[in-house]
Amino acid sequence: MLAYIARRLIAIPFLLLGVASVSFLLSQMTKGDPLAALVPERMMDNPEIVAAVKAQWGLDQPLPVRYGIYISNLLQGDLGTSFATRRPVAVDIAERLPATLELVFAAMIIGTIMGVGLGLLSARFRGSVFDGLARIFALIGSSLPIFWSGLILLYLLSVRVALVPGTGRLPPRVEPPPDVTGFYTVDALLAGDLDLFAQALAHLALPALVLGWAVSGVITRLVRSSLIEGLSQDYARTARAKGAPERVVLINHALRNALIPLLTILGFTFAYLITGAVLTEAIFAWPGIGSYAVRGAASLDYPAIGGVTIVGSIAFLLANLLTDIAYAWANPRIKVGG
Amino acid sequence: MSAPLLDIADLRVSFRNDRGEEAEALRGVDLTLEPGKVLGVVGESGSGKSVAMMAFLQLLPPTARISGSARFKGEQLVGMSPSKIRRIRGKAVGCIFQDPLSAFNPVITLGDQIIEAIRLHDRSITRRAALKEAERLFELVAIPQPARRVRQHPHEFSGGMRQRAMIAMALANSPDLLIADEPTTALDVTVQAQILDLLGDLRKELGIGLILITHDLGVVAGMADDIAVMYGGRVVETGPTDPIFYETAHPYTAGLIDAVPTLDADGPLRQIEGTPPSIFSRPPGCSFHPRCGRAQAICMTEDPPLRRLGAGRCACHFPVRTPQEAPA
Repeated sequence: MLAYIARRLIAIPFLLLGVASVSFLLSQMTKGDPLAALVPERMMDNPEIVAAVKAQWGLDQPLPVRYGIYISNLLQGDLGTSFATRRPVAVDIAERLPATLELVFAAMIIGTIMGVGLGLLSARFRGSVFDGLARIFALIGSSLPIFWSGLILLYLLSVRVALVPGTGRLPPRVEPPPDVTGFYTVDALLAGDLDLFAQALAHLALPALVLGWAVSGVITRLVRSSLIEGLSQDYARTARAKGAPERVVLINHALRNALIPLLTILGFTFAYLITGAVLTEAIFAWPGIGSYAVRGAASLDYPAIGGVTIVGSIAFLLANLLTDIAYAWANPRIKVGG
Repeated sequence: MSAPLLDIADLRVSFRNDRGEEAEALRGVDLTLEPGKVLGVVGESGSGKSVAMMAFLQLLPPTARISGSARFKGEQLVGMSPSKIRRIRGKAVGCIFQDPLSAFNPVITLGDQIIEAIRLHDRSITRRAALKEAERLFELVAIPQPARRVRQHPHEFSGGMRQRAMIAMALANSPDLLIADEPTTALDVTVQAQILDLLGDLRKELGIGLILITHDLGVVAGMADDIAVMYGGRVVETGPTDPIFYETAHPYTAGLIDAVPTLDADGPLRQIEGTPPSIFSRPPGCSFHPRCGRAQAICMTEDPPLRRLGAGRCACHFPVRTPQEAPA
């Protein structure tokens, strides 16, 4: 098992190299001109300035040379300098990643608890009114676009009834807690500042709920269908023949087997949300890497796009590895390392 | 005669299909089992033999409607509340199913599944003690290295070993009755005899009543005290084992016995023509008549009742052995 994990970890840099190469080449093939982001429009017809800027950013070099520079910088942990913020991309991302991670973790926790809970109850009381309502709730969660449900909830809960504060991670002019994990809620607790914790939590609540609802929709439906399938299996009949009440059949037997597909979905969803929480971040002005990626794409900020791509890939590769490890734990028929 | 361990009378089960049609899977079944005896229930797929057992244990899907009577040690099981019948299932009645691979939960160790069976009925037994008991049960059913094997998952066992583990689990709470539903059908022929021997020996040793459900007359021949042959949702012939084989009365039973291949017979294998009826389109009269060589007009309109005949009972208008010929 350890050897397997080590092998997988060693493979990650090589996979990342591939991802970086493809992402670099794709960005070179786009029609847009990054100079538009670098040179003010009224200076565009001044060839000297354009040439100087090109030289400064290396845009005068032929493609293979630029590729070589990019990759060798990458190997030294240098993701390049953002055209837009004029700061190292690695610094930008390091600043924004914790915000995204905090949001995604919170949404995953909410989505998993809600999804597994509703799925369990739905399967247990299959065909009841509750089952119907839970299924509608799940369907809405997984099919409503977040830019719609997020906006409506923001309007209703923040603007109309002021139940939750508005956008962002903290109220304006409130200093964030000393940086330990980058999660404001956790750092505030570590600093022993309960007021700040409450504020950070209140700001996190709505975006995490909106995103968690979407996550829970998928999970509810998956858990419900896996459980119903499990309840009709021979092993469920055996459990009943042993004298197990339906609740035990559901949790000890059907749910144990439903963990296998559930883990796959959880791993995939988590990795996806690292870069896929864009809409939620945009609506709630959440300073994460999703909104960074959008800004980068809009201004042809290749280094920023490349940096986000690499972070997203790392998230995917690590999530996949963790999923595989968890899989071996949940499903004894799988031997890891073969 | 001692009080029967299990006394089933006029047990009926009906299902409703998607179109709302009602279909009777069991049409008034009577079966009796004395304590410590073996009853073989024989029939083709769809004859209702498994349904009958699942019905009185209330293991059928909730769409099944059950009526009639099934008394186990004097207690009426039909209509018993779920919480009461749970205390009988797995405790006084152990079940062994056909395919031990799918009947065990694939992601839980066999030891844990047996521990669950024990602790569902007695919370005061610690997990550690229950594990010791699981090891003892593995030893009882001759699974080698029980201490190691209880920590393994079902897929790490061979088919025969898995069925031994299934038997061990069914015996976990020292039941009075074992129900074995086609316990050897999914196994290699070479292993079948071993499992049957084991089942027979343990049952005798522990004094447990056994209901052996099978489509194979050969399986019950050497083991059963009594046999009930089922066809089309009812018992068509029943009685002590020897008369069933040597003084066969029902044409269907005769067909089944004929179909058992023998080593010294030449020519093609004999079979019963046709297929068993679906429960949604059962023929009127005797449900066996379309496949019966002795059928006459009355067989198409009137379902024969189960009548005493010799040492057993038979439901046929024209039994192979007529009542007059029966020994006194």
